[in-house]
Amino acid sequence: MTNLNSALPPLTEQITLLRWLRKNLFGSWYDALLTVLGLWIAYWAVKGFLTWAFTAAKWDVIILNLRLIMIGQYPLEQTGRLWLWLAFLVLLSGSSTGIWARESKYAAVVFLLPGLLALLPFSTEPRVWLVALTAIGLAGWVIGRAKPEILKRGVIAGWVISLPVIILLTHGFSESGTGFWAVAKTTLWGGLLLTFLLTVVAILFSFPLGVLLALGRRSELPIVRWFSVAYIELVRGVPLITILFMAQLMLPLFLPEGLTIDRVLRAMVGITLFSAAYLAENVRGGLQAIPRGQFEAAHALGLNSAQTMVFIILPQALRLIIPILAGQFIAVFKDTALVAIVGLFDLVGIGKTVLAQPDFIGLQREVYAFISLIYWVLSYGMSHLSQRLEERLGVGKR
Amino acid sequence: MNQSAETIISVQNVHKWYGDYHALKGVSMEVKKREVIVIFGPSGSGKSTFIRTINRLEEHQRGKIVVDGIELSHDIRNIEQVRMETGMVFQQFNLFPHLTVMQNITLAPIQVRKWPKQKAEEIAMQLLERVGIPEQAHKYPGQLSGGQQQRVAIARSLAMQPKIMLFDEPTSALDPEMIKEVLDVMIELAKSGMTMLVVTHEMGFARAVADRMFFFDQGQIVESGTPEDIFRNPKEERTELFLSQILSH
Repeated sequence: MTNLNSALPPLTEQITLLRWLRKNLFGSWYDALLTVLGLWIAYWAVKGFLTWAFTAAKWDVIILNLRLIMIGQYPLEQTGRLWLWLAFLVLLSGSSTGIWARESKYAAVVFLLPGLLALLPFSTEPRVWLVALTAIGLAGWVIGRAKPEILKRGVIAGWVISLPVIILLTHGFSESGTGFWAVAKTTLWGGLLLTFLLTVVAILFSFPLGVLLALGRRSELPIVRWFSVAYIELVRGVPLITILFMAQLMLPLFLPEGLTIDRVLRAMVGITLFSAAYLAENVRGGLQAIPRGQFEAAHALGLNSAQTMVFIILPQALRLIIPILAGQFIAVFKDTALVAIVGLFDLVGIGKTVLAQPDFIGLQREVYAFISLIYWVLSYGMSHLSQRLEERLGVGKR
Repeated sequence: MNQSAETIISVQNVHKWYGDYHALKGVSMEVKKREVIVIFGPSGSGKSTFIRTINRLEEHQRGKIVVDGIELSHDIRNIEQVRMETGMVFQQFNLFPHLTVMQNITLAPIQVRKWPKQKAEEIAMQLLERVGIPEQAHKYPGQLSGGQQQRVAIARSLAMQPKIMLFDEPTSALDPEMIKEVLDVMIELAKSGMTMLVVTHEMGFARAVADRMFFFDQGQIVESGTPEDIFRNPKEERTELFLSQILSH
């Protein structure tokens, strides 16, 4: 009897696998046909790509230009400042994970990534920094888990000042022209660094702007409402690339002689204003999904209109549209690639300059495959993060 | 006249239109402190609209409403003042689903009355004990039964320490077995001396605690009187007919 019992499980499992195959892949003759056809196409595509990637592709172009792709022409002497703010961000992420994602025991695995990257053929300095980042991230996580209540406020404050810190460190503040703290002109910012900064600034500024526009569109004051509607419809009616062209080419015509606005700043403003219009409509969708009873209950308790919005309506509306917001932020991230067309050297722009060098002509496939990989990894990261956030905020939802 | 007979709500000849539809056609009512008023009538009779004009969730277009000495006009400060003194309980509870029970109750006292958080939470716990669900304080509304949610809604209104409580069909969305737990809380509240206006068809509640009853039909008050008068010998045919319809089951 015991023998029979101990012998049964593997047998059942085999049958289950076979049944699963029959049910899901070979249920009927056309299922079987589709399965075979699909497998064949997948095999053909993957085989083609892998063969190219491991035999034909000349990845040297990436290795030789990695610095350029990451930070563009950013001065070597001041690169340490970028590592500094990266370390700051990793520390904040580490402790935040420790504090707010306590229940997921393996969340810290993500901080092993920089350390793993150090295995790639970088020079010594980046390797040391990458290993340090892993150490800092894990340390932040451990401390965050150990003392969540004490650290909470500090970590939130850290996030609040993180953008000014990033911009200040990237830009530098010593006018002397040399040395560690010397100003690094924005024309030298490039590659992933520029793409990252454009994205972060556009997201952080278009979010409040979009919420205000959404509220404006629902306002009872006609002038506020008309302005919001006009702005949203005007901006949504033109492609982003035309806004960028106007910011880069037409704006100087209207500015007084001698006054110039930084080109990177103009791109940031252009993308922010563009994104805000779309965000406004997404937020409005969320606001409309909140039942009237929520407004009435808040008003009946004596909350004024602003308190009702801040404490009752917006928290619910924004939570509802998290997937849409994540989608939009990913779109903003990828749309920043358009600045390459107006002459900035973001990831795509720097890719074009790499390919313009005589040594690397004809290597488009390698360069664009690598750039796509960077975009994909970061987009997927944002998507994953938004799903975690959704799960977390889902507690007690209707 | 003694202290308890002081008028706290005065409604004079109030009219209300939704577009062309004349929802309230000259409604007048005087409510004294500590009185419990039950308002009933067929659906579409304007009873809900009427009770919602008292804290200005609906705007009246003609006539005069004075609550606790404050006239309701377009002046937003007056409206907010009246809303602070007036609690309201809705048919659909309208709890805030993203906040815990405790946060639902303490939000307005902290933000509007500017109480310190600790005081607000102490009072919230007392109220939750009064409505019989102190153990639910840290749950979200979605985790509670309908009856429990409505008791939380009552506690939430009481936390603002209002002088008047308005109830807009508080038991109509509840499963039958939960109606009693809510009515018990309301009866206790009525006996404690709260001024209450209740739109309801729970005639048992009316018999138990109502001082006066008002029968609404087609935007007007058709008849009013003590529960004794209304149940024993209604003067109007419409009242008698309506009562026979709702009491026949």
